[in-house]
Amino acid sequence: MTEVHIIGAGETKFGELWDRSLRELAVEAGLRAIEDAGIYSRDIGILYGSNTLAGSLNWQNDIGSLLADFSGIASAGIPAIRVESSTSSGASAIREAYLAIRSGEYDVAMVGGVEKMTDIYGSEILDVVSTTLDREWESFFGGTAAAMAAITARKYMHDFNVEKEALAAFSVNDHANASKNPNAHYRSKITLETAMKSTKVAEPLNIMDCSPVSDGGAALILASDKFAKSVGKEGVVIKSSAISQDYLALHSRDSLYTINSTVRAGRTAFEKAGIKKSDISFMELHNSYSIYGLLEIEDLGFAEKGKASDFVMDDISLTSPLPINPSGGLKAKGNPMGATGVGQAVEAYLQMKGKAKERQIKEPKYGLIHSISGTGSTSVVHIIGGE
Amino acid sequence: MKVGELSSVWRESNHRYRLVAHKCGNCSTVYFPPRDICLKCHRESIGKMKEFELSGKGEIESFTVVHDVPPAFVRQRPYFLALIKLDEGPTVTAQIVDCEASELEIGKRVRAVFRRIREDGKSGVIEYGYKFVLQ
Ligand SMILES: [Zn+2]
Repeated sequence: MTEVHIIGAGETKFGELWDRSLRELAVEAGLRAIEDAGIYSRDIGILYGSNTLAGSLNWQNDIGSLLADFSGIASAGIPAIRVESSTSSGASAIREAYLAIRSGEYDVAMVGGVEKMTDIYGSEILDVVSTTLDREWESFFGGTAAAMAAITARKYMHDFNVEKEALAAFSVNDHANASKNPNAHYRSKITLETAMKSTKVAEPLNIMDCSPVSDGGAALILASDKFAKSVGKEGVVIKSSAISQDYLALHSRDSLYTINSTVRAGRTAFEKAGIKKSDISFMELHNSYSIYGLLEIEDLGFAEKGKASDFVMDDISLTSPLPINPSGGLKAKGNPMGATGVGQAVEAYLQMKGKAKERQIKEPKYGLIHSISGTGSTSVVHIIGGE
Repeated sequence: MKVGELSSVWRESNHRYRLVAHKCGNCSTVYFPPRDICLKCHRESIGKMKEFELSGKGEIESFTVVHDVPPAFVRQRPYFLALIKLDEGPTVTAQIVDCEASELEIGKRVRAVFRRIREDGKSGVIEYGYKFVLQ
């Protein structure tokens, strides 16, 4: 079976991009990835468009066709499909592209993630984002994405005696890294104190615990051994891809602070890659809310349950033994939902290729990329690097 | 007032208005929100899930004070949202009302009441369902 190589990556700036449309962002990211890969659009066998909420945010569905059309590949008959798995859509799209190549059906697959979130005004965005929860039994009663994360955070802090500082520290690290990322939504550094004192969103979470509403696009080109060789392209290997599932609603889960889908996807990803935890050089984690960053460190096996705060308070910076979110993470690089998971992979690719400039991690061996849907219903883990 | 008393008025959702769960006829596990299939018995439970009225009593598993609220909840800001572990087993997401934030604590006993849940500003539709109060 062929290995799958990332041979090109591109993204737009993430942020409140008032003058850019959904399709412009998608096309810009896509063309950058194609250019980076040094391929022609006719080389692409299939396109996976990743998007979370365009049907509600922009009154636009069929994002696959939109991407194909305006990237100029529709007339060549190249198939284009939208992948939607809530906030992990990007990671799921990468996985679908990985499977398409792995199966031998295609030699080149493109992944294009995009989200245009600032076309909606005021608190209406909360209604739309809340559709990632269980509408009938969570959001109907006032559940928002932040409120559910806050309920988890309170229980976690209560049961394990964790101080709020540990959550804030995760965001502080994101901002420090994003200050070195020109594509990040926020490039300002923050202190623990300002994070702790920021506006309350859903107690105990403040605005500095919450990823922002961002616009953005990100794209990858994946290729088979055969194609990568034929164009003499040294890419980065996707060592393993894993996905797992848990209940949709938080109240149905066995635990409020163990993300079982992450436990399972993480375990499978390590088994398939045949590597140890200590082989991982950096991680891009899905901290839509700071609490999830801590839970994921534990659920991926890098700290015992309840102990991630020690890990985070110790050192997770770019020069630490295991840097977290070198890109700036969802908190500071931004969270344009359908593009987020693809953007994480763009960062991981840049790190592995030694192209991350100011935020380059020293000689990375393997990178781990992790995404969750909503409060953790689906988790996707990719490990890249090695041979 | 018992949650069930007003149920006949509201046809839309028996479960939401009366806290009616489903109980597996095979293993007796209670599900709320109701499920048509038992998570333990799978196909053996098909056709055996029976309606089961909950007592509406339980305790606070965790909670939050929500400040950043969707449009339908603006008049309730800030509101208290909680996960309530019901005495019959299931956990439910609901608001806690008629108290101060400082009174909320993990583990405190609560009971269900029937209240206005949300108002859709555009359509003017008001929707009702269960909330909880401290016992
Ligand atoms: Zn059963």
